[in-house]
Amino acid sequence: MMAQTQIQTESTPVLEVRGLTQRFGGLKALKDFNVTLMPGELCGLIGPNGAGKTTVFNLVSGFYQPTEGQILVDGNPTAGLRPHKVTALGVARTFQNIRLWNDMTVLDNIRVAQHNQLGYGFFHAIARSKRYQAREEQVTKEAEELLDVFDLKRYAEELPKNLPYGTQRKLEIARALSSHPKLLLLDEPAAGLNSADAKDLIRLIRWIHDTFDVTIWMIEHHMDVMMELATQIKVIDFGETIADGNPEQIRNHPTVITAYLGDDNI
Amino acid sequence: MQKYSLNMLLVVFAIGLLFAAHFRIIDGYIQIVVMTIGINIMMSTSLNLVNGNMGEFTCGHAAFMCVGAYISSILSVFCFGTKFGDPLLPAASVVIVFPIIVLIGGAAAAVSSLLVSIPSFKTRDDYLAIISIAVNYMIISAIENMDFVGGSRGFQGMKDTVWAMVDIFDGPWMLFWVINFTVFSVWVIRRFISSTYGKGVNAICQDEVAAEIMSVNTNKIKIINFMVAAGLAGCAGGLYAHIIGYVNPQSFNILKSTEALVMVYLGGMGSLSGAIISAIIFTGLLEVLRSQAIIDGLLSPITFMFPDWEPSAGVIKWVIIPLLLIIVMQFRSEGIMGNRELGDVFPKLKKFYRFK
Repeated sequence: MMAQTQIQTESTPVLEVRGLTQRFGGLKALKDFNVTLMPGELCGLIGPNGAGKTTVFNLVSGFYQPTEGQILVDGNPTAGLRPHKVTALGVARTFQNIRLWNDMTVLDNIRVAQHNQLGYGFFHAIARSKRYQAREEQVTKEAEELLDVFDLKRYAEELPKNLPYGTQRKLEIARALSSHPKLLLLDEPAAGLNSADAKDLIRLIRWIHDTFDVTIWMIEHHMDVMMELATQIKVIDFGETIADGNPEQIRNHPTVITAYLGDDNI
Repeated sequence: MQKYSLNMLLVVFAIGLLFAAHFRIIDGYIQIVVMTIGINIMMSTSLNLVNGNMGEFTCGHAAFMCVGAYISSILSVFCFGTKFGDPLLPAASVVIVFPIIVLIGGAAAAVSSLLVSIPSFKTRDDYLAIISIAVNYMIISAIENMDFVGGSRGFQGMKDTVWAMVDIFDGPWMLFWVINFTVFSVWVIRRFISSTYGKGVNAICQDEVAAEIMSVNTNKIKIINFMVAAGLAGCAGGLYAHIIGYVNPQSFNILKSTEALVMVYLGGMGSLSGAIISAIIFTGLLEVLRSQAIIDGLLSPITFMFPDWEPSAGVIKWVIIPLLLIIVMQFRSEGIMGNRELGDVFPKLKKFYRFK
């Protein structure tokens, strides 16, 4: 507790969301959502299907513009920024259904994710200038290192669509990390994995959290994964925050149990 | 050796071709065919950048060729022709100025591509195809209504520039420029799409949402990609105008666009070598099937059965070529090369050349 207060006084939050509301036509997908993530935290976001979890991620990653409310990434407001600019501020994400570039090699997938940090433009690419060569070499080197630590190096020249499902998940996380994020959003990383793979994933996420200097926020339906990893969990249902706390509190929270399992007086 | 083999081969081939043309070993007709192949290579490789690599569907590529052709023709007549009064530049400077004129035409075409690339931010697929056809029509009718460039009667006078070059040295100048620009455009495209920067284009093709969220500035890349494609098509147009010596808006209508599309789909989407090969095959086929003798030979079993029928090559050609297309699309819908390059199909070739 002591350590946590110290962090809070020292640094700006990686992500600060205030009063976030999103309407799609008449539907209020998200109502007055608030969250503050400090550097180095590993948090969770859960809720029944259709609760608005992915909407939160889409808003934070800049894919949607919020109807109301404010999102600050590392102290910078993201209102009106296009997604690639938000990525440049340090947000990277994975997707619920894997969205890799399937006809590019694994190595290229990692390299292209550094697109906004290339630092050279069209004419440098055409002229194969000094800057192009230096940057391209560095980007390739970084990508290879990343593949190496993720144990994916032997797949470098393969196409992602030919890889096993679990490896594709891993690659998507590696791709997200390759853009040097401060905040990593994982949208159901364990979806479709069997329990052995899910255990590997828990280890992987914990290892990423320890190795890379990154704050992780994840959506997950596998409660065991969530309970094991997250220090703080937010629960939303029908766009409203219904609970907030550590895993133990969430597990026994009456509203959460009602939201997931229904009322007992039918 | 491996590094330079392709360049050396190209230089030898180009010099051989130019010598053959200069000493009349190949006649004017063959030269025109070779130049048309060059221009079609430029058209198909540049359209491939949009339709193949970016996965958008545009079918108004001839519009950019048209802009390039007209802008460079007008500049060329201003600089070296007598149609608009005295030539602005001394005839001796033509060898340096001509490529610049063609490049300016290309730049103008690149700017005009904004008409398609800005709508492409929000539109995809069929809808963008409609927009591109609309742009094709817009540009043609705009030029048809500009009286100072001849309107629908067309525009000529560019031959003055070519003759000015011939005055300096009596050689196959246009062939020289076409070879240079064809190599230039393939080189630009290759270098663009093989860089990590250009691979953003492929990322847009494969998953635009992922590309946008994973740090690719999709709008900017789309604009650049369209500009490169349209710019090279504009250069092709400029060269075309100077080879023929006459341009007419209707020669850049939807049929011309379709021709470029056919070459891209025949070669295989996203394959640069496929686009080149199909441009050569398609142009060659168009010329070969012009010959009445060949058509008669092909159709001899049928004419034998129906002796009254006298097919004319000009008509039958447009039955045979679309039929070939149908057959290719039916049995090899990915095109001649698929989305692979020559080096992927024949891995052994990679030992002998490097193309960067």
